[in-house]
Order: sequence, then structure tokens, then C-alpha cells
Amino acid sequence: MYDKGKILGGLLIGIVLLLFPVYYNAGRAAKAPERVLTEKAKAAKQCVEDLAYMKAQHMKILDEWRQEVVRQDTRYYKSSDGKTYFKSLQLTCMECHSNKTKFCDQCHNYMGVAPYCWDCHIAPKENG
Amino acid sequence: MLEKALKGSYYYWGWLVLLLGVIGIAFLAYLYQFFEGLKITGMSRDVSWGFYIGQFTYLVGVAASGVMVILPYYLHDYKAFGRITILGEFLAVAAITMCLLFIMVDLGNLPRLLNVILYPNPTSILFWDMIVLNVYLLLNIIIGWNVLSAERKGMHYPNWVTPLIYISIPWAFSIHTVTAFLYAGLPGRHYWLTAIMAARFLASAFCSGPAILILLCYIVRAVTRFEPGREQIRTLAGIVTYAMILNVFFLLLEVFTAFYSQIPGHMETFVYLFRGLEGHAKMVPWMWTSAFFMLVSLVLLIVPAFRRTEKILVLGCLSVFIATWIDKGLGLVVGGFIPNPLNKVVEYWPTIPEVIISLGVWASGLFVLSVLYKIAVSVKEEAA
Amino acid sequence: MMGINRREFLKIAGWSALLGAGGKTAFELLAPGEAEALLQPTPLKAKQWAMAIDFTKMDEEVMGAAIRACHRLYNVPDMGNPKVELKWIWKETYEHTFPTQENEYIAEQFHHHNFLVLCNHCTNPPCCRACPTKATWRREDGIVMMDMHRCIGCRFCMAACPFGARSFNWGDPRQAPKELNPDFPTNPDLPTRSKGVVEKCQFCAERLAKGQIPACVEAANAVKTEAMFFGDLTVKDSPVRKALRTRYSIRRKPELGTGPNVYYII
Repeated sequence: MYDKGKILGGLLIGIVLLLFPVYYNAGRAAKAPERVLTEKAKAAKQCVEDLAYMKAQHMKILDEWRQEVVRQDTRYYKSSDGKTYFKSLQLTCMECHSNKTKFCDQCHNYMGVAPYCWDCHIAPKENG
Repeated sequence: MLEKALKGSYYYWGWLVLLLGVIGIAFLAYLYQFFEGLKITGMSRDVSWGFYIGQFTYLVGVAASGVMVILPYYLHDYKAFGRITILGEFLAVAAITMCLLFIMVDLGNLPRLLNVILYPNPTSILFWDMIVLNVYLLLNIIIGWNVLSAERKGMHYPNWVTPLIYISIPWAFSIHTVTAFLYAGLPGRHYWLTAIMAARFLASAFCSGPAILILLCYIVRAVTRFEPGREQIRTLAGIVTYAMILNVFFLLLEVFTAFYSQIPGHMETFVYLFRGLEGHAKMVPWMWTSAFFMLVSLVLLIVPAFRRTEKILVLGCLSVFIATWIDKGLGLVVGGFIPNPLNKVVEYWPTIPEVIISLGVWASGLFVLSVLYKIAVSVKEEAA
Repeated sequence: MMGINRREFLKIAGWSALLGAGGKTAFELLAPGEAEALLQPTPLKAKQWAMAIDFTKMDEEVMGAAIRACHRLYNVPDMGNPKVELKWIWKETYEHTFPTQENEYIAEQFHHHNFLVLCNHCTNPPCCRACPTKATWRREDGIVMMDMHRCIGCRFCMAACPFGARSFNWGDPRQAPKELNPDFPTNPDLPTRSKGVVEKCQFCAERLAKGQIPACVEAANAVKTEAMFFGDLTVKDSPVRKALRTRYSIRRKPELGTGPNVYYII
């Protein structure tokens, strides 16, 4: 083939770069997330919605809340079990889940997700 | 045709590598700005737009100037310009690229750039500016590429290109009118609140752009085997002359209204720019330099003997560039913010990181220009 | 005073009657969460919010209280450098508050004296026209609101504002000098902003939603009664209208047609 040297050489460099994450992390497994519920969260039995729904949709809920609160001034959420919640990350969600590093961050860090909410919204103070 | 950009002399590649080097350094500077925030620039709460937006404004003018070659050729059958329409179109592409880059580096939250498309606000002139600039970019890329491609094959360009060309003519006027509207509709900024803003913009665009085009033609003549044409350059020079006369005339009209009416709101920015206000006078030497070169350019361009002598024409075009670049790239934007809405004078000067990032954007534009010109010139050399 | 309206009153009266009459039975008739819903605070509503500042009552203590209340409530830090400063409400002298009212021989009580300036929440705001993403817009109650989630930091609104009311986060506000902001954030119940967005007074929209008047008005009036008024311009006997009816007032740059809704009673 024409330019055999350049092609094979380039291919080799490409593969080496592409597989970098694999052999860099070889032999190490990232620690599985361990979500710890606060006493308050355990006592509440259920979040705004049920566990499965929250796991899948909490980002969507938060996005909808921030739009509705800021842009439509509608600040209360009626959950599917009839309860009313004040739409606020800091004052509602984090009131129960005040252990952000042991709860939210567990899965977020594992997934490599860094939501920028905390650039503005103040994370709850945790002890220890 | 892109392969034409991959074959060149050592000087060509050296030039591209140099530009890439500048871009690389500027990119690092931009990363610094991205993580630290725009506080690393000279902008402040009172002068909230600065060098980046000034450069953007100047380059929209340069982009619009492509029409000064297109219009005579397509609407008035001035066949001679057929040789260099592609140079005008590709200059427009490079200029708009720089405009868009300058906007992007100026944004406080660049990751949210798409919000302008996701949540458009039709009452916002910025929204319309985004539309007209991007459409104009597309028009010039499509038109330029297809016309050049056809020329290379020795054919006439496909018929569907023709309506695009005719649209691009008023569109060129629109991009600079809309950009002027960014400034001319703001009730709190008296330096900008003038009906003649769009007309001034167009006049300064139509002298600065073609002046740059003439200089580029000389460079093309010097480093390639393609001859843009003596007649073409002469006509362009005439266009630059009339546009510069209009530009200076409009400026003097503004000065008259401000100083004959004696209304402080109208006068204050002029006083700041040309004399200094409350002891603040950073812009004064620059503005008088601009005025000086406007005068020099008028002399060098109006006198036929000067305009027809190549070496003097080059000086004339350089004078136009210096004068308009200072006036539009620095004086216009900064002046609008001084004095501030509370009638205080807070000065502005770009910082070094700001200048480095700006140089990177200019280098990016020059890179695009060099590559496109290399393609265009190679095709024309072949066809010749 | 924005009170409870007739509908709310009847709703609560009805439920109370039912509770009283039926006791346990009635309680079981309530759907889960309904009780909480009824306990939501009644928001203050208006067709055009406006503010009137009584200049004759303004002194450094009153103005200081108003500014401190606002900046502490909303975590607005002192950046310590006018180049990057953030201010939602601040003091300017007469000459700078009303630059088109040049008057070298004005009465001593005005000359060089401080006024409180803030966003005017204009009825015809040029900043809202300018914003390419509607990150700032005029609500139906007249408040010119900011959506920090949407702002791209283009600063066109800052160029458009004829009053210099807007501040931009040139850097991360959380990096404000610690010596000047020892207990930052001063209010953990509300967010800060991040670098790259514009911010300004929002007439305490969050407080209005809870039935409370803006913090600056409350704080100023705690120092001197009736120093500031807040209310609905379209309601004939709102606090603002009452104040404006009996005393002479001026606004900043009315000739620009933006319709500012902050009045200065002088």
C-alpha cells in the first residue's frame, strides 16, 4: 500500500491513545457508590416521588422546578401521592439529603457527572 | 479543492505553523479566562464591553465589504471584478469567522451559547445579528466554493447559485446595519444613540474592507503567480476613496450636532475621546492618531497621482486601516460607556491576556484566509 | 397591606367549619397533603410593583440598613474593587442619581447628599428588549426578573440599561476577599451566583411569594418609619400611591421613556 509506514504508524498511535483509559485503569475498580440516607430521609420513607422514579428522573424534576419557580413563579409541587412540596433544591431536597458527600456525590462521582448546580446553590454544611 | 491548501512552499507552511503557534498560545490564555472569568480583562462594571466587541464590530465591517466587489460585477456587469470576487468572498468568510470567535470569547458563559437558539428573543438585536451573520457566512462559503469550483472545471457555476449571489448583496448591507442597531437603539448611551450610526458603519466598512482587500491583492501579486489586476485595484481604490470621504463627512456631521447644540450628553464622549474628561485621557493620543491617519488617507487617496502610484496607494490603504481600526475597534465601543449612566468617568484599557486572546482570534482568521486564498489562487493559476 | 382575599378566606372558613363540625370524620375527609397546601403563605400580588423612597428620611443609617439587608439576604459579596463590584442597591449623590438635573445652586439638603439607587423595574425596559435569551424579562406584576440559569453573560442588558443598575460576575463571587466577607455566604437559604452571569435587584420576588415586602423596605422602615414605600401602582390606595399622591416625587431619566417605577419623594 502507499505510505505504508505513515499509515501503520498513525494507526498504532491512534489505538494507543484510544485505549488509554483501559490500560491506565487496569486492575483497579472504581468504588461502587454507597448511598447513605440521613435519619430524616429514612423517617420520611419516600422522597418527593418513589425511589425508582427519583433515580431515573430527579434531574428532570430539578430542571422543571428551576424553570417553573424562576420563570412562572409557581413554587409548590403536588406529588403523585398528593403531598405538597416547596420547590427548592436547597430548602427541600437538601433538607432531607443534607449529607451531600455521602448521598448525591456517591453516584455522581462514580458516573463522572458534575452538575453545576453547586456553582450557585449552596451545598449543606456537613460535619466530618 | 481542499487538497490545493495542502501543497505549498516552505514559506506557506511556515506561515501557517506560525499562525497555529499564536493560536495555541492564545488558546491557553483563553483557558485562563474561561476558568478565572472575564475579570482578567480590562472590562469593568461600567465599561462592560471592550476590546473583544470592538474587534467584532470592526470585522463585521470588513466582512460586509465583499459586496463592494460583488455589486459592481453582478449588478452592473463590471466584468473586470470577475477576477477578484472570490478574494472578496473569502475575505468575508475569514472576517465573519473572526467575528463569531470574538463573540464567543467575550461571553461570560460560553457553554450556554446555544440558549440564543433554544430560547430566541425576536426583540433582541443580538438574536438578529446572530442570524444575519451566520447566514452571510454560509452564503459566502457556498457561493465562493461553487463559483471557484466551476471556474476550475472551466464551466459556468450552477444556476441555483445565482439567486444566492443576488441575495448576498442586500444581505451584506444588512449585517452591518443590524450590527449598528446593536448600538443605535440603546436609550442610555448617548454617543451611540444617533440615526447616522448605521450609515457611519457602512461608510467605514466600505473603506476599511476594500483597503484590506487591496493590500491582500498586493500580497497575492507578490507571493503567487496570480495577478489580481491593475484595473481592479484602481477601481477598488476609487471605492475606498469615496467611502473614506463619506466616513469622515459623517464623523464631522456628528461633531457638528454635538458641539453646535452644546448638549452635554452629546458632547461628553467626544470630549473624553479627544481631550480627556475629569483628568482621564487614555484614549486621546489614539483618537488623534486615528484622525491624523484619516486626513493622511484622504490626501493620499484623493490626489489621483498618489492613488495611481502603487507604493503610495499601499500607504493610503494602511492609513485607512489604522484610522478605521482605532475609530471602530476601540473608540466606538469604549466611548459609548464613558461617561457611565451615572455620569462618572471610568476608563478602560485591554489587559495583556485580553490582547493575547484577541491576537489568537486574528490569527485564526488569518489562518482561514490563508488557506482559502491558497485554494483560490491555485485554481486561478491553473486556469490561467 | 396585601391581605387575604375573599376566596382564600372562604376556603379556610369552610374547612374550619367542617373540621369543627365533623372532628375526626372531617379530618379523614381531607386528602393527604391538602392541609399543608392550605398552609402555604399567601403571596403578595400586583399589576405593577413600585417603590417610593422618601429622600427626606434618608440618612446613612437608613440607607446602610437597606443595603445591608439586601446584600446579606441575597449573598451579594463586597468584591472590594470597583472594577468588579457587585451591587444591587447602593448610594449615589444627587448629582449622579439625577445627572440631567444639573443644578449648581440646588438647596443644601440635596447638594452632594446620597440617594438610594437600584434597579427601577421599568415598565418599558430596554434591557429586556436587548436580552437574546430572555434571561431577563418583565413579569406580569412588573418585576424585571433575572433567570440565572439561562444567562449567557453577553452583557447586552448592561449596555442597554440607562441607569447602571446591573452587575456582572467578572469572577467567581465566592472568591470575594474573605476579609471583607467574613461570614459569606450570609444566607445559606438562598443561592449565590456563579461567574459569568449578570445580577441585579429583583424586588425580592422570593419574599413577595411568601407574602413579605422587599427586605430593603422592611429594614429601612425599621430604622425610620415610612422611609420607603412599596406597593401596587394600579391600586389607588396602595402605600406607594398614597405617598405619591401627597408629595412631590421625581424619577431618574424619565425622558428616556423606560417608565422607571422607583420614585424619589423629595
